[in-house]
Amino acid sequence: MTSREPRKTVTLLCPVEYLGSLLIPSFSVVGGMIMMLCFTLRYIFTPPFYLRNIFKQMVEIGVNSMPVVLITASFTGAVLALQSHTAFKRFDAETLVGTVVALSMTRELGPVLTGLIVAGRAGAAMAAELGTMRVTEQIDALETLATNPVRYLVVPRFIGGMLMLPALTVLSDGIGIMGGFIVSTRVLGANPTTYMTRTWDFLEMEDIFHGLLKSFFFGAAIALISSYEGFASEGGAEGVGKATTRAVVLSSMAILISDYFLSAWLFK
Amino acid sequence: MNSDIMIHIEGLSKSFGRKQVLDGLELDVMRGESMVVIGGSGTGKSVLIKHIIGLLKPDSGRIYVDGHDVLSLGEHDLGELRKKFGMLFQNAALFDSFSVWENVGFGLKQHTRLSSAEVRKVASEKLRMVGLAGIEDLMPSELSGGMRKRVGLARAIAMEPEVIFYDEPTTGLDPIMADVINELIVDLRKKLKVTSISITHDMASAYKIADRIAMLYKGRIIEVGTVDEIRNTSNEIVRQFITGSAVGPITMEVTRA
Ligand SMILES: Nc1ncnc2c1ncn2[C@@H]1O[C@H](COP(=O)(O)OP(=O)(O)O)[C@@H](O)[C@H]1O
Ligand SMILES: [Mg+2]
Repeated sequence: MTSREPRKTVTLLCPVEYLGSLLIPSFSVVGGMIMMLCFTLRYIFTPPFYLRNIFKQMVEIGVNSMPVVLITASFTGAVLALQSHTAFKRFDAETLVGTVVALSMTRELGPVLTGLIVAGRAGAAMAAELGTMRVTEQIDALETLATNPVRYLVVPRFIGGMLMLPALTVLSDGIGIMGGFIVSTRVLGANPTTYMTRTWDFLEMEDIFHGLLKSFFFGAAIALISSYEGFASEGGAEGVGKATTRAVVLSSMAILISDYFLSAWLFK
Repeated sequence: MNSDIMIHIEGLSKSFGRKQVLDGLELDVMRGESMVVIGGSGTGKSVLIKHIIGLLKPDSGRIYVDGHDVLSLGEHDLGELRKKFGMLFQNAALFDSFSVWENVGFGLKQHTRLSSAEVRKVASEKLRMVGLAGIEDLMPSELSGGMRKRVGLARAIAMEPEVIFYDEPTTGLDPIMADVINELIVDLRKKLKVTSISITHDMASAYKIADRIAMLYKGRIIEVGTVDEIRNTSNEIVRQFITGSAVGPITMEVTRA
């Protein structure tokens, strides 16, 4: 038997994976993430499915983030009302406060703030848990038990992120609008009926949907980045700590940067 | 290729960064044989096992298990092959979000149609085999190091694999428990005709469980032989290692490092 070239470690089933594999030698994080995304997208639609893991992640990402999202959204809505009231009073347009609060919450602040909160909470938890599993060889152990770690660990987080971010965002939009309503009517003396009419008259379904679409992307980005950082951890507890920090920082940056481009594209 | 050969490795090389760990390693393990790999700490024994099971990809070389070229198998076929493998990790690698019996039964739950109650029953039985009855519901964090290792062993044998890899099965166990594990490994080979590769520093254990012993040194297998051949070896390096002497050819490397 003659020796041959070392086998390409990446299958060429997906062209993007091949692109990713070209980037890997330069230690490109982006290359690795593109590869993980490619595998994840393929595994989402092919069995085996780990429904219990998906459910667990939905609870972890969605339900457990609710208290923080509730508090953040209500106070954000409240402060929006307060600030825009001060500004609009200068040209006698106080009645538009409801509109401003509703549009700001649904188009921008709902999705972005929810994204940042989930990045800090669930993203950090994902990177820390998966990183610990990596450095203690639990991910290797999964493989030896003939269980694909990306399917078993990453896909449920990805699905959880994509489904729960929009859900949290709806909640955040509603609570934010309520926060604005309470401050306007109770503190600033606005007429409740006018306030709500102004809100509904100008708020379009499109505003809400585009906000939700953004949050869908944010959820996917958080899960992908955090899972990748966890999987790529090395070097014990210190490595896991660094991975966790990077997961939160990169997820937050990804949210803020992609938010601009998604907005420019969606709201043009 | 001879069909009596279960594992065939040729020209296996692997480096991490600039560090060459395996350097053209060759090794054959026969069907039903218990092969023990000995060698100093950090010489790449765990890395060798991880290559055979497909967890690491070599820089060059070929690995055949049961006639399959491990490196060219796709996800599905590699998964099927791994169902015939059992692996005990050096640090047990228990899933810390699962209880002891869920750890032991993980493979069964994923790959068989057994109910939870049945999986639990099999897990309990395997736990009894490693001397751990009645700890099914503890979490891994509640176990001592030796117990974790034995739970890892129970998990490795739960699916009744044809090939088992033991990475330091007796390290960290008291001498009596170490002997229980040795007996178990010998038993598995005799009764189930399991092929195994064990890594150990513990020469008493090596002599007890090995059909043949291979010594890994500087990225290669420098000597393979039966227990008697190894005991009476003329190779200075091997002799120094098995007698545990501080004086000999290996010392130089240690002090230089
Ligand atoms: N994933 C890895 N990345 C970088 N270096 C590694 C990795 N795994 C093992 N090594 C290095 O390879 C060498 C051999 O490791 P190992 O096989 O664990 O030794 P041992 O013979 O004690 O089991 C060590 O120097 C270790 O640092
Ligand atoms: Mg080792």
